[in-house]
Order: sequence, then C-alpha cells, then structure tokens
Amino acid sequence: MGPVQAGAVVLAQQPVEPPPIEYAAIAPVLLMLTAACVGVIVEAFLPRHQRWSVQVGLSLLTLVVAGVALGAYARGAGTGLTTLAGTIAVDTPTLFLWGTLLALGFASILLIADRSVEQGGAFVAESDASSGSSGLGASSGLSASSGPARGATADSSAPSPTMTRATAGVSGMRTEVFPLAMFSLSGMMVFCAANDLLTMFIALEVLSLPLYLLCGLAKRRRLLSQEAAVKYFLLGAFASAFFLYGLALLYGYSGSVKLAAISEATAGSDRSDTLLFAGIGLLVVGLLFKASVGPFHAWTPDVYHGAPTAVTGFMAACTKVAAFGAILRVLQVALEASSWEWHYVLWTVAVLSMLIGVVLGLTQTDIKRMIAYSSIAHAGFLLVGAIALTDRGLSGTLFYLLAYGFTTVAVFGVISLVRTSEGEATHLSGWAGLAKRSPLVAAVFTFLLLALAGIPMTSGFMGKFYVFSAAVTDGMVPLVVIALVASAAAAFFYLRVIVLMYFNEPAADGPTVSVPGAFTTAAITLGVVVTLLLGVLPTLAWNWANVGGFVS
Amino acid sequence: MTTSFLAAEPVRAAAGVLQSNAWVLIALPLLGAAVLLLVGRRGNAWGHVLGCATVLAAFGYGLALFASALGDPHPVRDLYLFSWIPVNALQVDFGLRLDPLSLVFVLLITGVGSLIHIYSIGYMAHDQQGRTGGANTERRRFFGYLNLFVAAMLVLVLGNGFVTLYLGWEGVGLASYLLIGFWQRRRTAGAAATKAFVMNRIGDVGLALAIFLLFAKLGTTQYTEVFARADELSSGVLLAITLLLLLGACGKSGQVPLQAWLPDAMEGPTPVSALIHAATMVTAGVYLIARANPLYTLSEGGQLAVTIVGAVTLLVGCVIGCAYDDIKKVLAYSTVSQIGYMILAVGLGPAGYALGIMHLLTHGFFKAGLFLGAGSVMHGMNDEVDMRRYGGLYRYMPITFVTFALGYLALIGFPFLSGYYSKDAIIEAAFGQGSWQGWVFGGAAALGAGLTAFYMTRLVLMTFFGPRRWENLTTADGEKYHPHESPAVMTVPMILLAVGSVGAGAFFTFGERLVGYLTPALGELEEGHAGVLPHVLIPVLTVGLSALGALAAWLFVGRRRVEVARPQRVSPVVRAARADLYGNAINRALVVRPTDGLARGLVTVDSRGVDGAVDGLAGFLGAASHGLRRWQSGFVRSYALSMFTGGVLLVAAMLAVGMP
Repeated sequence: MGPVQAGAVVLAQQPVEPPPIEYAAIAPVLLMLTAACVGVIVEAFLPRHQRWSVQVGLSLLTLVVAGVALGAYARGAGTGLTTLAGTIAVDTPTLFLWGTLLALGFASILLIADRSVEQGGAFVAESDASSGSSGLGASSGLSASSGPARGATADSSAPSPTMTRATAGVSGMRTEVFPLAMFSLSGMMVFCAANDLLTMFIALEVLSLPLYLLCGLAKRRRLLSQEAAVKYFLLGAFASAFFLYGLALLYGYSGSVKLAAISEATAGSDRSDTLLFAGIGLLVVGLLFKASVGPFHAWTPDVYHGAPTAVTGFMAACTKVAAFGAILRVLQVALEASSWEWHYVLWTVAVLSMLIGVVLGLTQTDIKRMIAYSSIAHAGFLLVGAIALTDRGLSGTLFYLLAYGFTTVAVFGVISLVRTSEGEATHLSGWAGLAKRSPLVAAVFTFLLLALAGIPMTSGFMGKFYVFSAAVTDGMVPLVVIALVASAAAAFFYLRVIVLMYFNEPAADGPTVSVPGAFTTAAITLGVVVTLLLGVLPTLAWNWANVGGFVS
Repeated sequence: MTTSFLAAEPVRAAAGVLQSNAWVLIALPLLGAAVLLLVGRRGNAWGHVLGCATVLAAFGYGLALFASALGDPHPVRDLYLFSWIPVNALQVDFGLRLDPLSLVFVLLITGVGSLIHIYSIGYMAHDQQGRTGGANTERRRFFGYLNLFVAAMLVLVLGNGFVTLYLGWEGVGLASYLLIGFWQRRRTAGAAATKAFVMNRIGDVGLALAIFLLFAKLGTTQYTEVFARADELSSGVLLAITLLLLLGACGKSGQVPLQAWLPDAMEGPTPVSALIHAATMVTAGVYLIARANPLYTLSEGGQLAVTIVGAVTLLVGCVIGCAYDDIKKVLAYSTVSQIGYMILAVGLGPAGYALGIMHLLTHGFFKAGLFLGAGSVMHGMNDEVDMRRYGGLYRYMPITFVTFALGYLALIGFPFLSGYYSKDAIIEAAFGQGSWQGWVFGGAAALGAGLTAFYMTRLVLMTFFGPRRWENLTTADGEKYHPHESPAVMTVPMILLAVGSVGAGAFFTFGERLVGYLTPALGELEEGHAGVLPHVLIPVLTVGLSALGALAAWLFVGRRRVEVARPQRVSPVVRAARADLYGNAINRALVVRPTDGLARGLVTVDSRGVDGAVDGLAGFLGAASHGLRRWQSGFVRSYALSMFTGGVLLVAAMLAVGMP
C-alpha cells in the first residue's frame, strides 16, 4: 500500500512504476472473473429464455478453459512466484488448490444447472421475484430467525409444514446463480493464493457475499432457505470482524500485512507478544469459521440444511478447500516461527471439532444435517494435517481436500434425487428401504458414505492415511489416536444410513428416486469415479500434491 | 546324497506350442465350471454335455502333451505364466511345472475324471434327493462342481511352487465340501461336509505353516529354488517342514489321526466318492510328499514319521473295514488303508517314491471301478447301502458283477492283476529297509494285505452271492426291491476302468516303464538293501496271506447265514472297529470339546466385556449427543454467543500459552 500512496504524492516528478504482472500465472483467476462479469451482462441484455443455456455454457466453458490455462502454466512453472506486487503467490500448493477448485466448481455447476430433477431447477423461479418479497419473502425470512418460526431449523424440532410449501408457477430458474457462483469461485481462488492479509480479507468477502445470496435462493422451503441465508450472513459478518480485528493486531505487531513480513517479525522477539498472540487468535477464529471447524461451526448444520442442495454441495466442497488453503498458507508461511504457542491450541480445536461433529452427528435425523456434522468432523481431521508443519502434512491435507470435495459433491447430488411430492426427502425415515426401490442409487450412496467413513478402496481412506501418517511423523500420536477413535465412531452414523437403506422395509408413502438428468448424472459420476480412482490409485493426485511447498 | 540321485534340473522354457499353452488344461474345466454355475436354468438341457466335453478335451490335450514330451531331452520344464504376488520380498510367480510326475497325474485326473463324468450323466439323471430344483438343475450344478474340482486338482498338480499348490489344495477342498454336501436336504450330508472341511483345515494349517517356514528360511516358495537350496536348511527346520507337510498330507488324504472325515464323506453322490474320495483328491497327500522328495530325502526323521503314519493308517483302515456293513463305508476305509500303503511307500525315501505313485495310479483305476460298481448296485437297489440287505445280485447285474470282481481281485493283489504288482512292490520295499524297520513296516504291510483280502471278500460275498435277502424286505419308503442292471452310460466307464484294473500294473511294471519314466522328477529308484527276508519269499508270503484272508472270509461269511439285522452281541474288537476304533471319540475329546469350551468362554468375554464396553460407550455418546443438541437452538444470537465464547477462550489460551 505504502509505495502507491507515496507515488501519488510525487506524481509530478516521477512516473509510477507499475508492478510487473505475471499474466500467465494468474490467467485462471482473470478468466473466472471475466466470465462472472460477462455473466452479469448476459443477465442484463439477453432475453429470458436464452439466459439459462448461455449461462451454463459460459460457466462450464470458462471452467474448462481456466483449467487448460492452469495446466499449460503448471507444465512450465518452477517452484512458484509472487506477483501483483507480492500480493498473490502462485506456487505448487496454489496450483493444486486452483485445480481442485476448478474441478469441484465444474461438478457443482453441473448440479446447479440441473433442471430435470426439480422441474425448472432448484432455484427461485422468475415469477417468484415479486411474490417472494410480499409473501414468503425476505421479511418473513428475517423474522424466522427470532419470531414465531423459532427453532424451525434447530436440531431439536422438525421443520414445520408451512416451511415446505411449494411455490406456484414454474417458469425456469433464476440464472443469476451462475455469475454468483463464478464470483464466489474466483474469490476462493484468490483466497487460497493471497500472500498478504488484506488481499485475503478482500477475497474472503468476495467469496462469502455471493454464497450468502446463493443460500437464500431455494425454490422450495423458501423460509428455511432465507433463514439460512440470513444466519449465514450475520454470523459470517461476525467472523469477518474477528478476522479483521486479528489482521489489525498483527499489523500493529509487525508493521505489515504481508505474510512474509509477519513471519520475519515473529522470528525476532523484541515486540509485544500480546499483540501477536491476540492477533493470531482472532485471525484464526475468522478462518476456522469459514472452514466450519468446531466450536465455530454453529452455522453449518442450519445453512447446509436450508440452502438448495446443489449450493450446499458447492459450499461444502469448495469453501472447505479455499478455507483450508488459506489456513495452510497462514500457518506455514506467516506463523511457523510461533508454532510452539499456537500448536496445542489448534490441537485442542481439532479434537473439539472431531468430537462435536461425531457426537452430534450420531443423533441427527435429517440427512443434510448429518452430512453437515460429518463435515465438521472432517474439518477436525483436516486440521490434524494442517498443524503438522511438514511437507507431508501439507500434501496430505491437499490430497484430503481433493478427495473429500469430490465425495461431498456427489453425496449432495444423490441427496437431491430422493424426493417426495413436497421436494427433497431429507428426513432419514424417507430413506428406509431405498435399496429395494432403486438399488443403483443406494449402491452409489453406500459407496460414497463408505468413502466419508474412510473405508479402504475409497479416496477417503487414502486421505485419512496421508494426513494421519503425516501427523504421526510429526509426533502427534495422541491426536491421531483420538482422530482414529473419532473416525470409528463416525462410521456409525454412515453405516446407520446404509443399514436403513438395505435392511428396512420401505415406507408405503415413501419418497421416490427421480431419474437424474444428464447434468446431475455427470456430476455424480464424476464424484464417484474420482472417489474410486483416488482410492485405488492415489498416486495420481499424490504425486501432484507432493511436489513443493509455499513461497512468499 | 550323490548328485546322480538328484532329479533333473528344470528348464525355464517350453519346447513346443502344446507345452507353452499348457494353461489350457486348467482353463477348460474352469471355463466349464464358470459357465455351468453362472448360466442358470438355461444351461439345464446341455449342462452335462458341456461338463463332460471340457474334461474330455482336457484329457485329449493331456494325452497330446504326454506324447510330445516323451522324446523331450528336457523332461522337466517350468512354464512361467505371470507374476502372481509381487510384494517386496515375497515374489510368487504363477507358473506350471511340466514333468513326468505332473503329467502322470494330469492323465489320471482327466482320464478317470472323464469316465466318471460320463457315468454321472446316467447316475444323476433322475436325482431327486436334493429337491431344490428340478433333476436337470441339480445335475447341472453337480457337473459345475465336478468341473471346478478337476480344474482345482489340475492347479494342484501342475503348479510350479508351493503357493500355487496351496491354491489348488484349497480349491479341491472347496469342491469336495460342495460335493459331499451336494444333497443339501440331508442333515447328515451337511454335517459330513462340515466335518470334512474342518478336519481338512487342520491339515491345511500344517501346509500353510510349512510354506511360511520355507519363505522365512529361504525367501522363496518356488519348487526350483526351494529344492536347489534345500541343503541350506538346518536339520531341525527340515524336520519341522517335513512334519508340517505330513500334517497337510494327513488332512487331505485321510491318514491317522485325521482319517475320520473320509468315511463320512461318502454321504456325497457315489461318482464323487469314486473321483474325489478314492482316485484323485485324497491322493494329493501322496503327491505332496513325492513332490517334496528332495526335502524328505534330506530328513530321516521326516521319512520315519511318514512311514509310521502310513503303516498305522493301513492297519487301522483294514480293521475298521472288516466291521462295517455299509458298502460305501467299507470301500472308504479300504481307501484309507490303501493310501496308507502309498504314504508308507513314499516315506521309504528314494526306495519308494515311484512305487507310491505306481500304487496310486493302479489304485485310481480299481478303486474308482469299485466305487462305480457300488454306485451301480445302489442304483439298482433303491439307493440301499446296507450289504446285509443284498445277496445273490450277480444274476441281476452281470456287468456290474464282472467289473466289480475284477476290481476286487486287483485290490487284494491277485497274481498278475494291477494291485499285485504295485502293492507287492511296496511290501518288498518295506521289508527291504533292514533292521527293525524292515520287520515292523514290512510286517504291517503284509498283514494289511491279508486283512484287505478278508474284508473285500466279505463284501463281495455279502453283495453278489448267497441267498437273496432283499426278496422279503421293503425299502424305507415301503417299496419292493427290483434289482436291475444299469444303463450303458454307466456300465461302459466301469468296463474301461476294469480293463485298467487288470492291465495297468503289468503295463507299468514291465521294463520298469513307469519307474524309469518318473526318474527325472523323483530321482533314481534305489534298490532295497539286503532285506530281512529273501526277495523270492515276499510275493509268496503276500499271496499266501491274501489267500488266507479270503478263505477266512468264506469260512465266516460265505458259509454261514448272514443276518439281515446287525448282530449286537459281538466281541470287543468288532465293537471297537464299528466305532471307528474310537477315532471320532478321540477327536471329540481332544479337539471338539476344548474348542467348544474356548468358544463359549470367548463368547462370554465378548458379550459381557467387549459388547458391554462398546454398548456403554455408545449409550454415553448418544446421551451426550442428545444433551449437546439443545445448544443448536436455531437462534443466531446463541450461535454468535457460542462463537464469541470460543473466540475468547481461544485468544485466552493463546495468551496463556504464549506469555507464562
């Protein structure tokens, strides 16, 4: 920041030297942002009936082109570089995370784009624009968080019937979801590549704001969806405040927002440690919130439950990748020297997260909430790898993110298929005897649940193996023992669903399984294939995740 | 041991097209089994034809292979197929060993196997015992299992390493289990199958441990390397390996102390008894010891153990065989006893390997023929197996009678029939051991010959001669017996086997054909030392004892009236023999009861201790979960409060850790 302001003052005498930009390195991000902007223009100028196809085509094409650009750059890239005046670091972890995000984004866009499972798509229809605000719209959604609808999304009571009211009139979905998702993805990509805290904060907001909106766009169960959006927004703002406060304290401590400068400052010992430790604590809270690590997880079940299922999949997979990318970078680049102080604090946080996720997951009766608690437990496992400050810890966590992301997208894809006339049948009782009605869907879901539980021959097993073995090498045997016990206990609630699907009689008026359209089929297939492939041939991704560390 | 004794070095390449594609031998019956078992009801009409065709084709291939290998300068060849288990230090290749020993077995398995497959077409045509499907479904399943057995048995004898052998070993065990229990509706069949499986498991553990020991000490399990480096093993390890291999052989071949399953295995259909539990599978133990001959040759203790097991078994089998009235059980104990002879022979070391194999081959012919004959008798007698209900059947089933009689004569060692040559050679070799061993083993073998003549003559007299005791009796279903000759599809295989029973021994012996042929695989046959008895005397002694046995049978059975009801007031010896010389009781006391007790104890520990702990933990977690759920109230304000609390605690912890 400093040089630019100084440059403005002395503008007359001396031309500003623009920082050199490595366009090839950041091409994927630029492409994504451009496509998002073009998407907005499409919304504005194209006639309504053409928007869906153009937006879907544009998004998917951009993701592919960005992926190709990334691949082309990665082929010739060295150990990494920083660009844009050192605010963005493009190193091998960045490239891996970008690749993961683009691939997961592709699968998520496929899920979002589906219009055959839910007639006309799972998002607010065009004709709803007015009725939404007058009837079931934003105002009542706001009140839902405090007023008569108290506890509508809480664990302790089932959703009331008014929440599941279907909206009348179907005339195609709102296509704003596509540019919103693209903006969010761009933010995530910058978030995990940001090399200073201020850029990281901007990226955090860029990725979060579209997500808040996306959560509130469900066509069915409007109130639930909007309540989730508001909760997510309020708590997200709260967490951003933590992050910003921590940023300020760290700036006060080190005199810079650059990760490398903070790292240098912590190596010397003549400054106020209060600023440093308070700053680390607050900053980390902000990051842990995004990664839905317990005890900063409270939003997760409600938001996963309320958001449209495709968005939940997008959020669960991509946000986790971006947030853990940022956590890895902050811990390894900026805070490595002070690791002695924060190590046991985060150790405890990881244990708490695993315990909260597993214990609360045991008694959930809604499948989306169950997966939400599962994601909290997985966040704990990921944190185990992230606090092992070694190359193996880094690459193990990266692999875990990739594996978990694809499994999760496919899980939510399958969840979106099991429906009653009222919409998705997310209550577990509806899944009883599913294997008798549609053996294929039940088999696929069983496989994915086994992957989440970490059974061998799935990517989940390999991910856990890499992360835990890195932690053991780093001397955290007790933590790994706790993590193993937690994953054994977590297996219970995955297996419960499997038992329910295979060994219970289907209810007479139970849900049916819709025949998925091409988009959903492709997304689920992609997720299942990657889950299987990484379980059988983990070296495919491991070799890529394991090539190098961060640069700053 | 001098080098001249050692078997020929194997060559790791195949000579011709036939040899390099020898895997076809295994693939044919395996494919048959897969098709028959997977194709479902559509295969009912042609299943038995396919089953026979694959085995016949394998027999043809085996014959061609055998013929092409006759003039081969390298009679022992190793054929590498693929790397099977490539794990770090454990490198197991899947390959085939083509040598005289394995080729002889291939011909036996596919040859006798073909005849028995054809016989089964007739035998199983109207099988209604299973009643799980129609007769044709049952028959298709039966042929599927038979094909599976042939494939597994070929893997066993063709494999070029102990692990490949183990694969076949377990495969035949599975096929045997499936076929013993083929009539699923009979409780006794299921029990017999389980018994066979469990007792075989004891032997299998021995074999597996032997393989582990070989790998631990030599780092390899391929025959070539193991045998070439056998002299690196210390004598203690060698003894352990040979004893463990012997335990495996005892399990599979029904030798004392693991003999009790074999007679029960006769619950299966009779062709199964003929093929698996007489001619081929139960001889796998003999094959194992003959194949591992370089190990046994180096270990005198191992050899001695083998000979003791063989001698004891052959006597035990004879004694029990004298007391039974069930025609198949008598034949089963006869099998136990005859395999005892073979084990005794291969236990004699270089002096007996080839003799054991020769007896195995001749026994394969006449015992299979005898079983098929028994099956034919049962076929004509409403599946009756009690010989006390037979009598005078020679008039009603002449072909069965003639073929059976030839098999019988071969078995008791009637001069110049098969058994005469092969058994006589074993007895001679046993006497040739010199010192006390010659007297003990030779004496046991000669005594066994006499006893064999007794019980087999008794069987023939009770079945084919004497008054027609069945005339005034009815079956369990209340029907009259109508004995009749079996159809040609059954009698033709019996005739062919009878030809083998008559001529095989002479064919093998003249010019030392078989012994010479087997030399590259088993080494030179050592002539016995100066034996304890002169050479000329032994055949006279054997034939004399056999004649005595047959005479005794005529005196006690043929001349007297045979009661239809089993006499209850008998001597203690007979009572002990009827109780299988208390084999089952011993098993029950030594193995079953302790295992039951252990299992019960473990169940208690599991249900009280382990389950209790797990259930308690689960209950605790469930309660904790219900309690914690209250915190998830749905209020943003409480969520924010929880975040705030978490944040404060985290920062406080950071400060506490960082600034002591």
